[in-house]
Amino acid sequence: MRLSAFSSLQPGALTAQYYDLDEHDHPEGASTLFGFWLYLMSDCLIFAMLFAAYGVLGGNYAAGPGPKDLFELPLVALNTAMLLFSSITYGFAMIAMQRGRTAGVQGWLVVTALFGAAFLAIELHEFSNLIADGATPQRSAFLSAFFTLVGTHGLHVTFGLIWLGTLLVQLAKHGLTDAMRRRLFCLSMFWHFLDVVWVGVFTFVYLMGTLR
Amino acid sequence: MTNDMTWSPLLGRLSLDAIPLHEPILVATFAVVALGGLALLGALTYYRLWRYLWTDWFTSVDHKKIGVMYMVLGLVMFLRGFADALLMRVQQAVAFNGNDGFLPAHHYDQVFTAHGVIMIFFVAMPFVTGLMNFVVPLQIGARDVSFPFLNNFSFWMTASGAVLVMASLFVGEFAQTGWLAYPPLSGLAYSPGVGVDYYIWALQIAGVGTTLSGINLIATIVKLRAPGMTLMRMPVFVWTALCTNVLIVASFPVLTAVLAMLSLDRYVGTDFFSNDFGGSPMMYVNLIWIWGHPEVYILVLPIFGVFSEVTATFSGKRLFGYTSMVYATVAITILSYIVWLHHFFTMGSGASVNSFFGITTMVISIPTGAKMFNWLFTMYRGRIRYELPMMWTVAFMLTFVIGGMTGVMLAVPPADFVLHNSLFLIAHFHNVIIGGVVFGTFAAINYWWPKAFGFKLDAFWGKVSFWCWVPGFWLAFAPLYVMGLMGVTRRMRVFDDASLQPWFIVAALGAGLIACGIGAMLVQFAVSISRRDTLRDETGDPWGGRTLEWATSSPPPDYNFAFTPVIHSIDAWDDMKRVGVAAPREGFRAIAMPKNTGAGVILSGIATVFGFAMVWHIWWLAGAGFAALLLTAIAHTFNTDRSTHIPADVVARTEAACARQRALAEGA
Amino acid sequence: MCADPSSSPRRLLRTAQAASLVPLAAALSGCDWVVLNPAGDVARQQANLVLVSTALMLAIIVPVMALTVLFAWRYRAANTAATYDPEWHHSTRIELVIWTAPLAIILALGSITWVATHALDPWRPLARLDAQHGFAADALPIEVDVVALDWKWLFIYPDQNIASVNELVLPEGRQVRFRITSSTVMNSFYVPALAGQIYAMPGMETKLHAVFNRTGSFSGLSANFSGAGFSHMHFAARSVTPGAFDTWVAGVRQAGAGLDRATYLSLDRPSEHVPVLHYANVAPDLFDAVVNMCVRPGKLCAGEMAAIDARGGMGRTGLLNVAALTYDRAGHEQVTPTTAGFADARLRRFVRDWCGNTRPLRATVAGDVATSFNAAPAAHPFS
Repeated sequence: MRLSAFSSLQPGALTAQYYDLDEHDHPEGASTLFGFWLYLMSDCLIFAMLFAAYGVLGGNYAAGPGPKDLFELPLVALNTAMLLFSSITYGFAMIAMQRGRTAGVQGWLVVTALFGAAFLAIELHEFSNLIADGATPQRSAFLSAFFTLVGTHGLHVTFGLIWLGTLLVQLAKHGLTDAMRRRLFCLSMFWHFLDVVWVGVFTFVYLMGTLR
Repeated sequence: MTNDMTWSPLLGRLSLDAIPLHEPILVATFAVVALGGLALLGALTYYRLWRYLWTDWFTSVDHKKIGVMYMVLGLVMFLRGFADALLMRVQQAVAFNGNDGFLPAHHYDQVFTAHGVIMIFFVAMPFVTGLMNFVVPLQIGARDVSFPFLNNFSFWMTASGAVLVMASLFVGEFAQTGWLAYPPLSGLAYSPGVGVDYYIWALQIAGVGTTLSGINLIATIVKLRAPGMTLMRMPVFVWTALCTNVLIVASFPVLTAVLAMLSLDRYVGTDFFSNDFGGSPMMYVNLIWIWGHPEVYILVLPIFGVFSEVTATFSGKRLFGYTSMVYATVAITILSYIVWLHHFFTMGSGASVNSFFGITTMVISIPTGAKMFNWLFTMYRGRIRYELPMMWTVAFMLTFVIGGMTGVMLAVPPADFVLHNSLFLIAHFHNVIIGGVVFGTFAAINYWWPKAFGFKLDAFWGKVSFWCWVPGFWLAFAPLYVMGLMGVTRRMRVFDDASLQPWFIVAALGAGLIACGIGAMLVQFAVSISRRDTLRDETGDPWGGRTLEWATSSPPPDYNFAFTPVIHSIDAWDDMKRVGVAAPREGFRAIAMPKNTGAGVILSGIATVFGFAMVWHIWWLAGAGFAALLLTAIAHTFNTDRSTHIPADVVARTEAACARQRALAEGA
Repeated sequence: MCADPSSSPRRLLRTAQAASLVPLAAALSGCDWVVLNPAGDVARQQANLVLVSTALMLAIIVPVMALTVLFAWRYRAANTAATYDPEWHHSTRIELVIWTAPLAIILALGSITWVATHALDPWRPLARLDAQHGFAADALPIEVDVVALDWKWLFIYPDQNIASVNELVLPEGRQVRFRITSSTVMNSFYVPALAGQIYAMPGMETKLHAVFNRTGSFSGLSANFSGAGFSHMHFAARSVTPGAFDTWVAGVRQAGAGLDRATYLSLDRPSEHVPVLHYANVAPDLFDAVVNMCVRPGKLCAGEMAAIDARGGMGRTGLLNVAALTYDRAGHEQVTPTTAGFADARLRRFVRDWCGNTRPLRATVAGDVATSFNAAPAAHPFS
């Protein structure tokens, strides 16, 4: 018989061995960061699929223009700089959060939002130029995949900005509570994740497209 | 639905023509559903159940109630999906010798598409998600899942997808493409109507729920296990649930992405899968099966977990080969990602590619075979009690091996060339899905029902159902195996070859027998509910269970466990029973629990409206719906009043009542 | 299917009858299990694989099922005479067996799979006429180009310069090389008596090699759902003696009508229950034009498009080369020059050919491409 080592104990002691009698409630949100990380991984997979689609279709110009004819590398480089800066400034916001300085967090978040908005504005400018020229998503599978990949990233940045705005309001309302720290941390992961994805976009779509 | 559907700013493509008044079958169905629905609503109003349903169920964040709601959703949709199956079986049994049957192509093609979509996404998925939701937190000694609100939201998003599919029955049409909607057929050029759009939005909305629920359950299993429950002490069902949810999180985004590309093709005119502008329909087929094959294991892995629990419990033994069971599960999880191409060997990949995917597919049968042997040797030297869950398990073992065998046959590419898309294939996957997932779900329902409601299910009607289902299944699908070997292909509406008719009649009789089985199951539920006092289980452990869910009362209190159990071995509850641990009787503390919220219902309601507006191109409504979705979600984040405490004296009173009840029951 | 019951040995069915499966057996036995009893060597080998893999797996399935029944009965709770050992949950020896036994079978089946998949690759010309005979060294295969249309099959015999709809006639004992494509959506070309199926996909060409080893009338079908008329998308597949084949070809040549591109385009429109049609001659390159999706004049061929893309596309000039098919209320087709704007996705847009697609399709080479897009767009049929 595989009897437990505890079988010789007194009933009360046995109960204490098998039940957590001195239990405290799980801290709220203990798994939030882990759960959010899992979400990011699932989102990453969506981008992976869009990258894959671009990889498959990226050379199918349908006798239309290719990357070299369409992309303005300096503009995209500027755009990339905007997003990278916004990541750095978000980092400063997190440092301010560690030090418990609400005003600092708010300030850096606003700067981050400005950089993010600049990124979006430049992207929209690029898109509208392309569309005005007739290089629309309907022109070729390459352009479909391009607009979808870059546009999905842009949509994510847009939601990030909405989220950031919401957090600014909540920060003013609640201050740096535990819940707010958690939310700021989640947005931080989201924001840096978008940065990483953009590095991929910049490298595979723009750099390799124009320099190849 | 034709090309020249008109569009108006107010109603988009929607007009009175969208209501299929010219199809008598649909009108009759609508009348029945409407009358039944009115009767149900009337009864709910008469018995003043609305408030109860709203506060105790719809807005509940309790994983047990959400689990039950998933099962109810699955059951309701199962009736719809089965009705589709009956339509097909009858159509194919009569459409010979120039007889066109009673279903025109436009209707029949919707029926088989809807059957597949509903059975996979809105029956099998809710069933397994419901089981995992109900059982996992109890088995790991947790009070709820990691994100209780998200859990409620996930359920309602799944329900929202189901609502859209059901709406397509009476407003417009459903897709006529087959359940995976391959382009170019599903493209706008060949499917100009709203059918494929219903398909897309139903799956996208339900997919959000599924992905979030997957994330939720992974976080729950990783973070909320009771102290002492190391990974290798987790019940096998929890292991399979963990692997399943990893599969969900790692595969549903693929579906989301591929359907998003398809919808861009249809809504914007992009060229991902079109023929003329450099698109690739083959990419769609690859991507959708990269989701689709793991999906098969998403359905069947938790069911393997169910059988593991049931076999051990009713054999009165520890599971044979726990460790190899765990490794087999993990191996299947990983392998399921490198077999997708076996769904289209006939696309013409080179011989080496086909061989590779054929052999990886066969390799999956090794861990699956090992599992089969593990259940077998769990029965060896056991004391098997043939309660209903165990009967379903034995039926599964004898049925599933045949499905597994025909699956391996289909994995040999040249053999697949003659069997692909034939009725043999249909028989094969019904053999594994009915013989595996459906039988397993019935085993699970009979097994855990007493835990959920505090009384057992009636055994007589359960056995009637069982003895209709198992022979009914073979009667319905054995002829399909045979006809596959005669070269008969799937999705046919009419046949020229009259000699096939007897086989189809036999298959239809089988479907009729299955219908009796389903009827008997519904009777079983009704009889059990009305006789619940005699079927009552006071012990909380009616089967002599081995895992933690049986350590608490039935139905479990909201907080599951007043004190979190500490785990010292596999089969934690069996261990506790052996050493004779007494549950603590005093020292109760207040327990923090999440508060109910209507946000999930509201959000998914808006999502349904948004999906419907997108289907019908009602752009203003879609825009408004999307904005409302966003604003409601944001507003919800401002709600900080999310948890509540169950006071210590309430916990003490609940536990005392349970203990008294249990003592009385054991004395009796 | 029951196309040719006279030639079907019914061993399997006799077994079924012996087991008195159902009283319906008499009615059911009229059928031919054509997949297991085909008329072509390729399908024969594929059927053998079905049987061999079944046999291999039964080696483990039968013991498992027997053990299941045995254990389920022996260890029932009522049988208190049986050993009960609730602690027994591990045995290294059994674990070894339950992992290695399936492994051994999969090793065997995997090896067979690797060899058979390569031997029966539909792309590969046949090595043998049947188990006993090879092909004569000088035997040329007969070519058949297959087009899946909505909802009928077009068979073009390029060497005979004839075509037929919904009727495939082949000389027995001679290798057939099929080139297969589809005009609109995905289908699957399948003649169960001849060989396994292969997809027919628009814009793509799949290949299949097969041979009929005996004469007979069989049926072929589409095995992949392709829309409303799918159920009627089957055809007669007849295997005849070489002499009868020549007679048939001569008969088709008498048919008079030819299959030019305009006829093809009207044939291409969706239709069901199409009777057998014969065409006495076929426009050159028609099949290649179908594969390249450029039967319609003025449309750039896919192969040429791919060659242009491989050289980096046509630049911004290429933005102007899009046109669309539109339909007026009466259903008449019109071609409208259009740029690829945010157009109604229902327009059948296509890439225009600046030069008119008169060049021989197979000869599309880089040089041609270079000249075609460096040249200024000349007078265009639609501009």
